[in-house]
Amino acid sequence: MNRRDFFTCHVADKSRPAASLGPGYYSNGLFTTHENKKVRFYDDLIKGKISIINFMFTSCDKYCPRSIVCLTKLQDLLGDHLGRDMFMYSFSLKPDEDTPAQLAAYAKSNGARPGWLFLTGSEYDLTSIRFKLFRLDDPLMDFSLDVHASMLRIINDNNSHWASWVLPDPPRLIREAVSWVEPTKPFKVRVRENAELQAQIDRESAITAPKWAQFKRACGWTERTAKYENPAGMKKLQALLQARA
Amino acid sequence: MATTKEKKRKSNKPPDGSGWSRRTMLKASAAAGVVTMLTSRKSLLAQSIPTQPPDCTPQPTNSPATTPFVQALPIPPSATPTILNPFPTLQADTALGEAARANHQDWTQFFPLVQYSISVQPCMHQFHPQIPSTYCWGYNGIYPGPTFLNVYGVPIVVRFYNNLPVDNIGFGDNNHTTHMHNGHTASESDGFAGDYWSPGLFKDHHYPNVYAGFNSIPPLGDPLEAQHTYWYHDHRHSFTAGNNYRGINGMYLMYDDVDTGSEAAGQGPQALCLPGGYGVYDIPLNFTDKLFCADGQMYATAPDTIPAGDKFIVNGAIQPYFNVFTRKYRFRFLNSGPARIWTFNLYDNNGNAQPMTVVTTDGNLLPSPVEIIPSSSQPTLQGLTVYVSQRYDVIIDFTNAIPGTSWYLTNVAAQFVGNAAEPEPAPGVNIDNVVMAFNVTGPPPSPDLSQVPAVLTTLPNITTPLANLFATRIWNFNDFVAGAEGDPASPTTKVFNINGLTFDPNRPDALIQQGSSETWLIRNRFPGTGWTHPVHIHLEEGRVLDRRNINANPTTGALISINSEGVPPLEQGRRDVYPIVPGDEVLIFLQFRDWFGKYMIHCHNLGHEDNLMLTRWDVTTGPSSTVTSPTYSDGTPNTGNGEPNAGAQPNLTPAITLLSQLPASYETTKLNRPGVKGSKKGVKA
Repeated sequence: MNRRDFFTCHVADKSRPAASLGPGYYSNGLFTTHENKKVRFYDDLIKGKISIINFMFTSCDKYCPRSIVCLTKLQDLLGDHLGRDMFMYSFSLKPDEDTPAQLAAYAKSNGARPGWLFLTGSEYDLTSIRFKLFRLDDPLMDFSLDVHASMLRIINDNNSHWASWVLPDPPRLIREAVSWVEPTKPFKVRVRENAELQAQIDRESAITAPKWAQFKRACGWTERTAKYENPAGMKKLQALLQARA
Repeated sequence: MATTKEKKRKSNKPPDGSGWSRRTMLKASAAAGVVTMLTSRKSLLAQSIPTQPPDCTPQPTNSPATTPFVQALPIPPSATPTILNPFPTLQADTALGEAARANHQDWTQFFPLVQYSISVQPCMHQFHPQIPSTYCWGYNGIYPGPTFLNVYGVPIVVRFYNNLPVDNIGFGDNNHTTHMHNGHTASESDGFAGDYWSPGLFKDHHYPNVYAGFNSIPPLGDPLEAQHTYWYHDHRHSFTAGNNYRGINGMYLMYDDVDTGSEAAGQGPQALCLPGGYGVYDIPLNFTDKLFCADGQMYATAPDTIPAGDKFIVNGAIQPYFNVFTRKYRFRFLNSGPARIWTFNLYDNNGNAQPMTVVTTDGNLLPSPVEIIPSSSQPTLQGLTVYVSQRYDVIIDFTNAIPGTSWYLTNVAAQFVGNAAEPEPAPGVNIDNVVMAFNVTGPPPSPDLSQVPAVLTTLPNITTPLANLFATRIWNFNDFVAGAEGDPASPTTKVFNINGLTFDPNRPDALIQQGSSETWLIRNRFPGTGWTHPVHIHLEEGRVLDRRNINANPTTGALISINSEGVPPLEQGRRDVYPIVPGDEVLIFLQFRDWFGKYMIHCHNLGHEDNLMLTRWDVTTGPSSTVTSPTYSDGTPNTGNGEPNAGAQPNLTPAITLLSQLPASYETTKLNRPGVKGSKKGVKA
């Protein structure tokens, strides 16, 4: 971080969400996008947005391809959120190799839509954010480029909610993880979703419950239906609770 | 008041068809003398809910300085029964705000006369008089949560209201689920990590408080399956560390005719008469560590970067003292996480080590008490090492302690006390290592009738199920290892994986037939990695059959040799947490009885489980599965030949091995089974 960054990090900024950890936490290094635009990490990428962040490099043929396929499916699931309030950022692990032009070709070949940026920058700035967001406190892991091809962070700057997931994984799971950093839905919506979930559970139970009952009958386990009475146990519990009182 | 009661009575016809009206229930519980208190949700929330302050930034280097031993050890209150309104039902009462769930299993058989209402809500808590109160979350708005006192044979239902804020900021998540660790509980009440519910909803958890094997062993299970010290805690996946760090955990104790909770004479020959009386001579010790900002707020940021705390906290107090009489006490040690591994020792005022006598492991009575003392010839008994979520009931005998002096419980690693030139409280005892002090006041008001019998229990006989094992299932708890591509045991880059997979709440990775028995081999196979995984398995307690050290290629993990270490003294009894250090594996015996549905095996380092080091497995009507993941999460069957789509899981080696197919190095296993070589040393029945 140069001297100018130091000031931008720590000067109070009224446009910043109240709950934000701010550039003092996230850092505010300068990066170049695959569209050859200069952006600051906090000010331009994080502030007021939901950011989905991973690390990759274009020549990675071992682990990255599967992860990238997974992310291309995720961008479809994000729908028109992508580029509006949600953004995907893929940072280079090998800034020496990954020029903006290289990244642009990579973005194009993977069908990246607007709102999914591929970024490169100085080794220092890249490592700073990698350690801030992905640090595992284990040198073996923290300095392995391969490890970081699988990690995904989801950050909502408006409420400082973070979620994380691993790549590759079914995109619907990642989309769900993104929803966890979004503001809590209105109660009415959650009640409706709860009823839908109950209906789904009931459909599953309609298949499993008779099987379970049949299994129990086959084992000769008869469910006791008599009135439940355990006066001795109740007396003991009463003694325990009274001793406490 | 009477009119309100009348109204409620009318509206509370039980819809579950159990024939139990609220009136009978009131009568029944009144007859038993259980305090009944009508607690509506409103009155619980009547206390002012604190508003959440923003997180402090930048990250504090150290917590503020605190003076040791200025506050007494807090004892969490016991939970008070109530009569729930609306009345609990077999089916989820979604119309009245209950979270979705499957019907309670064996609801009628274990109908819960005793009912509790717990609100998970924001709170303020002061961890030390010199640090201002911090915003927290807790059961009933207290940290630690109320302690449940229970008796085997008395089923209970606990209604957990999620009253967490809808507009919370920072770490933790306002969706909640509670796991009662490690109750023999039906799946829908087990607090499965994916079954969380959102603010404004409640969920009834049915705890039948019954011995395992109740379906097959009359009457109502095997008393030798008793477990006594449990804890209940938030289990919302991906946010368990944050939610527990905020304070959502508490203890749950069970008593029976053997472990009665009373030391009085005349309880019958089976009663152990261990030091008894909750909060008097039977004391919970919930250990955790936290980092505090200068303004007193507990510090953390993201879900899986909960910091290592620099303050040792017992029952919500930093370095407290506890006044003791010159007699025996039962302390229930619990490591509630998030990640620290504690190793405890006890020193008197002269700096001489004093013994701690372990009577239960994870709440299960040991066959005989085991003594912890630094001079022990057994390395594992030179200090009491407690991994996350493990419990140990420890008897400390202060009979010969000198009134007016103090004894000190120490941890092997130091904390940050922060005051300049703090003197050694006892010779050779560093104040930074002292977790808490015991101040010896004088002789007890009445004679110490408690005993620590030389024989505490016998272990359930597992000879028959061991002879009828389905198979050995292998669970590789892997950290990412560079260059492991193509190695079936670590086929992905996923940082914390089990058999190469991470958690998907909708994907069972093993289907296990109800009533069957298996041995599970839990491995932390790569000696080169740095992390220990305290592995926890839901539903039933296991028996450690062998612990082995793996000599493997540090890069590829290829096995060179495996050396048996036998069963350490503290793993001779029943356990539910099995720590595996890098290069270790543990062979355990498990049964899957009574309940159907989804359960989990997972790493209980809260940061690791938030990184999805969890696996769902299901108890079904059978047959048991023979590959790690019977189906992909999109429903495609896993034939073991490839992946259904690029986003789904990779190809897997079958993770189950018939015993006859295990490599030669495994034949030294100490299974007491006919036809297995090297089974001279049988498993203790």
